Amino acid sequence: MTAPDTTGGKTPAPSRTGSGERSQEGGETEGGQKTTPLLEVHRRLGATLTSFAGWLMPLRYASETDEHNAVRRAAGLFDLSHMGEISVTGPAAGAALDYALTGHLSTVEPGRARYTMICAADGGVLDDLVAYRLADDEYFVVANAANAGLVYQELTKRAAGHDVAVRDVSLDYALIAIQGPNAAAILSRRTGFPSSASLAELKYYASLRAVIGGTPVLLARTGYTGEDGFELFCPPDHAVSVWNALAEAGAGDGLIPAGLCARDTLRLEAGMPLYGNELSRDITPFEAGLGRVVKFDKPGDFVGREALAARALAGPGSRLIGLIGRSRRIPRHGHRVLLDGQVIGTVTSGAPSPTLGRPIAMAYVRPDAVDAAAAAGTPRAVGAAASARTAAQTAAGAGRLAIDVRGQAEPADYVQLPFYRRAK
Amino acid sequence: MTVPDGLRYTPEHEWVAIDGAIATIGITAYATEALGDIVYVSPPAPGTQVTASEPCGEVESVKSVSEIYSPVDGEVIQVNDGIEDDPAVVNADPYGEGWLFRVRLAADDEAEPSGLLSPDEYAALTQETD
Repeated sequence: MTAPDTTGGKTPAPSRTGSGERSQEGGETEGGQKTTPLLEVHRRLGATLTSFAGWLMPLRYASETDEHNAVRRAAGLFDLSHMGEISVTGPAAGAALDYALTGHLSTVEPGRARYTMICAADGGVLDDLVAYRLADDEYFVVANAANAGLVYQELTKRAAGHDVAVRDVSLDYALIAIQGPNAAAILSRRTGFPSSASLAELKYYASLRAVIGGTPVLLARTGYTGEDGFELFCPPDHAVSVWNALAEAGAGDGLIPAGLCARDTLRLEAGMPLYGNELSRDITPFEAGLGRVVKFDKPGDFVGREALAARALAGPGSRLIGLIGRSRRIPRHGHRVLLDGQVIGTVTSGAPSPTLGRPIAMAYVRPDAVDAAAAAGTPRAVGAAASARTAAQTAAGAGRLAIDVRGQAEPADYVQLPFYRRAK
Repeated sequence: MTVPDGLRYTPEHEWVAIDGAIATIGITAYATEALGDIVYVSPPAPGTQVTASEPCGEVESVKSVSEIYSPVDGEVIQVNDGIEDDPAVVNADPYGEGWLFRVRLAADDEAEPSGLLSPDEYAALTQETD
């Protein structure tokens, strides 16, 4: 066998003793990689660690498939402390973010959050973000680890002239997520609220201050798995106690720790984009099918408005679609999508789907090929009996839509994203 | 990491059990841990002539795909049907139920196939790269 050509697999540099060095930016490092306050917890749990965006992170603890299924059926506990956090405060915080981002952040109610993007002047996506409005004059922006530095720089630049302070507070927070149908029940056992608030009143994409195992946290009902779930921002020094409190509270409810591998297959099933795969500087939100995050009706200019308006008018340069493989070979990032043998696009993410029991992929294809692809590769029913109509369509289109998996065309079916939607 | 005695190994993380003219081939526990959950194995079909150190199949895990290299010269006489239906058995029991395929060694290869590692040599190799 060749060594795995992946983001992970190999165990990292040998364990160290002591508390590690301080990096130049502050924070712990090991072998030149940044480490989270939960590294020793992960090691005790037997995690396979991987390098991700300059961070040493848990890839999986035992079986990534079990971790995935636990999140769909019970709950999973994630360390996401690599994510970047940026605080934007001041009387003009809303106005500054309206200019800097694609969303209309000044209209977000305090306590609520928005999925949004930061684009370059040419409309290219620099990062996708969740922006929490904590108070009238206080926002908390969460960026992908790989882009956190750039997002901070851009926000600082774009906020110039506004009465606002932009601070990179990434090292002030650890981030722990608990995701899955049992997450709320587990969390409620250990969560106290300073006010009269309660977990049941915490809406999706909302946040509030809470106390977990004695630690003050910012508790948000957000996630990246397609399940109900929560993300907890807490001081790094308290990350271990918060993690342990949740692990104990959930032990009888099927809660297990879950790594980045399960996080990736969960978000893929849920049709959520990953920066670097579905999102990049070379595409606008419209290609990704996320044009709704661009709020043209907000007052004033914003970075990228002109280019994005032109793109909205002209239509996307490519379209993100979902594919389900009929064979067992897995489509991977970079594989070509074929229609009647002709290349119509490229796979951005692919994986075996534990929920569907089939390989799934997202791919960018030529806009003019989408209708033909949909007609050629109608999905076979997954997890349910196929209707006669679907069966007939499938027979008619069999084999026309395919993915080139290392030189062999593997038949695939076209599906509307997402692949998985939880029952509400 | 488990490295059973009585087997021979390759630097590509395969194991070989040789019984007379028949070699049984699988991947090591080190390999399965590095790969993670194995979801699909494509061993060479019976009748295929395989050559030592040349690729002859593939193993897919959630995150990666790896080629299988034949550790020996010969003809494939059997594949493990059990892993077709349940590839996870390769993770669960890489040296037992998770074997991949069997080869009848080439007739002129009377001595033990060359280039294979002893358990000690393989254990040393995996510790170096750990």
